[in-house]
Amino acid sequence: MTNSFEYNMEAVAWCPGCGNFALSRILREALEELGKKPEEMVFVSGIGQAAKTAQYMKGHMFNGLHGRALPVAMAIKASNPELTVIVDSGDGCTFGEGGNHFNQQILRNSDITVISHDNQIYGLTKGQASPTSEKGMKTPVQVYGVTNEPINPIAAAVALDASFVARAFVGDMENTKKIFKQAISNKGFSLVDTFSPCVSFNKLNTFKWYKEHTYALEENYDPLNRKEAFGKALETDPFPLGIIYRNSSKKPFWEMNIAYEKDKRPLFKRKLDLNALKKLIESKKIH
Amino acid sequence: MEDLSLVIVGQAGQGVQTVEQFMVGLLKGTGYNVFATKEYMSRVRGGMNSTELRVGSGEKKVRAYVERIDLLIPLHKNAIEHVKHRISDSTTILLDPELIDESKYTQYKCVTVPFTKIQKEIGLKFVNVYAVGVLSGIFKIPHKSGKIFIKERFSKKGDAILKKNFEAFEKGHSIGENLKDLVPEMKKDPQVVNEILLDGNQTVGLGAIAGGCNFISAYPMSPSTGTLTFLAHHSKEFGILVDQAEDEIAAINKAIAAWFTGARAIASTSGGGFDLMCEGLSLAGIIESPLVIHIAQRPGPGTGLPTRTSQEDLNLALYAGHGEFHRIIFAPGSIEQVFHLTQIAFNIADKIQIPVFILTDQYLVDSYYNVKADDMKLVGVEHAFVETDSDYKRYEYTANGITPRGIPGLGTGLIRVDSDEHDEWGHITEDMRGVRDKMTDKRIHKKGKTISEHPTPIPLEPFGGHDAETLVICWGSSYLAVKEAIEEINDPKIAGIHFSQVFPLPKESNSILTKAKKLLLIEGNATGQFTNMLKLYGNIEIPNENLYLKSNGEPLSVEEVKKFIGGAI
Ligand SMILES: Cc1ncc(C[n+]2csc(CCOP(=O)(O)OP(=O)(O)O)c2C)c(N)n1
Ligand code: SF4
Ligand SMILES: [Mg+2]
Repeated sequence: MTNSFEYNMEAVAWCPGCGNFALSRILREALEELGKKPEEMVFVSGIGQAAKTAQYMKGHMFNGLHGRALPVAMAIKASNPELTVIVDSGDGCTFGEGGNHFNQQILRNSDITVISHDNQIYGLTKGQASPTSEKGMKTPVQVYGVTNEPINPIAAAVALDASFVARAFVGDMENTKKIFKQAISNKGFSLVDTFSPCVSFNKLNTFKWYKEHTYALEENYDPLNRKEAFGKALETDPFPLGIIYRNSSKKPFWEMNIAYEKDKRPLFKRKLDLNALKKLIESKKIH
Repeated sequence: MEDLSLVIVGQAGQGVQTVEQFMVGLLKGTGYNVFATKEYMSRVRGGMNSTELRVGSGEKKVRAYVERIDLLIPLHKNAIEHVKHRISDSTTILLDPELIDESKYTQYKCVTVPFTKIQKEIGLKFVNVYAVGVLSGIFKIPHKSGKIFIKERFSKKGDAILKKNFEAFEKGHSIGENLKDLVPEMKKDPQVVNEILLDGNQTVGLGAIAGGCNFISAYPMSPSTGTLTFLAHHSKEFGILVDQAEDEIAAINKAIAAWFTGARAIASTSGGGFDLMCEGLSLAGIIESPLVIHIAQRPGPGTGLPTRTSQEDLNLALYAGHGEFHRIIFAPGSIEQVFHLTQIAFNIADKIQIPVFILTDQYLVDSYYNVKADDMKLVGVEHAFVETDSDYKRYEYTANGITPRGIPGLGTGLIRVDSDEHDEWGHITEDMRGVRDKMTDKRIHKKGKTISEHPTPIPLEPFGGHDAETLVICWGSSYLAVKEAIEEINDPKIAGIHFSQVFPLPKESNSILTKAKKLLLIEGNATGQFTNMLKLYGNIEIPNENLYLKSNGEPLSVEEVKKFIGGAI
């Protein structure tokens, strides 16, 4: 069955068995089920294996720099709120090189969906530790084992009061799809930290490992309760899967910006107000 | 006397800025040509700052910094020391005996004015409004005008404060009237009343608005911050999306993304902030994004002298970013040029899909003078994006190297930009022999030719002597000091030439420069960055002894230009 978001699939450059295959398939299905059209989608990415996802998604694409996907996504949405903006990038790109952009776009409540393909490793550069790598993991650089504490992106996002915070695992297709759909539909910043194994370089966190170290959140779990969400966010073995936290009461960045107070159209559709400009120049007569 | 230079010196937080703002407006409003520039320390309180106000008599335009001080108003006990090197026989000091020990300065021409005493009697925190009153009296500025300014500024602070300020102004005014013979009579020019007053930072902002800018994401950094605050201030009337970026890396990436979406964005910063933007600049290069970048230069390296002026970042703008791609660098020399070139920068960036720089500096962005509103010509916003159809290719090969730029949401095409090397569709590729060569040909050779055919917005033209054997070269903000110096020297054999586009060098550069018997060059750095550019790209060699390189952070003065030219010919 073909999906309208498939694009340039013959060029796909991932290793056989890589989690990114499943992730991108789930994302395409989620978009199809949401009734999205490629022309309204912008796929934004940084650089890395995960970031190649945008290459294989039909829609507009901004494949930017390593670590810099979030500022790009923020500005695209802020310049044209009619577009749906999705970031696909790795754990290194999102929490390492782009760490501060992650914090700050959450604080703005940029209306974008960030899918961090979390393989707990740097895939593209061949297997160094990432900010989510477990302590003790050995790599060609961390020869004697990782000594850094891993970042907990879920807890960080809850601490920053992100609008939508979820964790998913590509081995659990149906739930991941549900989460993606809700994340994309959420008006505000959505994070889906998605476990997506790197079969070539991460020999520790394999498909089997994730199956054994994750569980689906209980049906009666209430993501609107921030205190409880903190508790869930801190659970790491096993990791809870599902929507950990939601705060939909906040307005997205663009809606709060004065540029959209009177005019809701995208910036490119607007004309410079020449009268206002002449008035402004005239106003400089009195200093 | 054709013009007067008044200098007010005081601590940060003492209200020297208020005196400057009031006096520039009042002098212009009364019909005097006026120029103001400030030098200040990188601190919010204390230290020692000064403002120079030049007043031109009649039609004499004053537009550059002079070292000379005709009237000095020291508002702090250390103030005279701060500008001692600028005091001469022609200087009169309005000295406050409560602040400054008169006996220490008997060698100078001093007139006592009881600034502090009156301030205390009235019960005000600062002497600034009283000083405004004194100056207003000296220049016969109508009471009414002063009161309007005071009302505008202080009415929010309540009636009591307003009344005290009125009183301070009046008392100052009557003292000033008695002092008016201290300065030669300045004639008014009724034309000036209707002119406008702008500083460089406001003008970059105004030029950006007139150039269709509707997006700015910036991280505050002196001396560029004024551009950001100006756009923020007018964001509502013009629908400008303003974002205080988390850092300059984000700022430039956001600017590029805004252009991608069809907005017009400016990245505005200073050298250190621009360092962080270099990778983003290179991104603009490969994805062929339009981009406008304002760098307000200050002396480096590192944090350097944060509030001082320099022309040290020409090489930075020219060579920043890895890989090879084109750029254009403008270096406006006047308020009018800032306005003109900033607008043009947006249209050219859009049309050719390259980064365009506006290089200013602390001196230019912090200086004001009056200009005719009619001289602020509107260029018009020329959008270059197109509606696409479904077989659109973002990087389609074209004869001039420019692919019409689609944007998401306009037409049915998919806009796919890629920081990896890419084919015509924007697909990532490692096809070196096929695609890479062709893309290099498109981005570098074809586009380079298109750029070289583009006329320089402000034609390169010598000014001053008509029969010139000596040509004094300058670029950026040194223009008006050099121009004034050359006018004063008034020698038919000496002319000046100003580069408002420094890269690529205007086509006519070599033919104009080689006509002169002698070339002199003035620039605000220690290594001769533009001098080297002329050598490398213009085949013009200027010997070291013909260079005036100033890099101590102070503005270039008319006097030192005259002295340099005098000594060099
Ligand atoms: C500025 C910069 N630094 C380093 C790199 C090299 N680099 C490319 S991808 C990457 C890490 C990739 O890890 P991650 O983001 O987790 O993505 P993955 O490949 O694991 O999906 C690095 C270090 C780069 N492209 N740019
Ligand atoms: S290296 Fe890892 S992340 Fe990259 S494609 Fe192969 S399996 Fe996937
Ligand atoms: Mg990774």
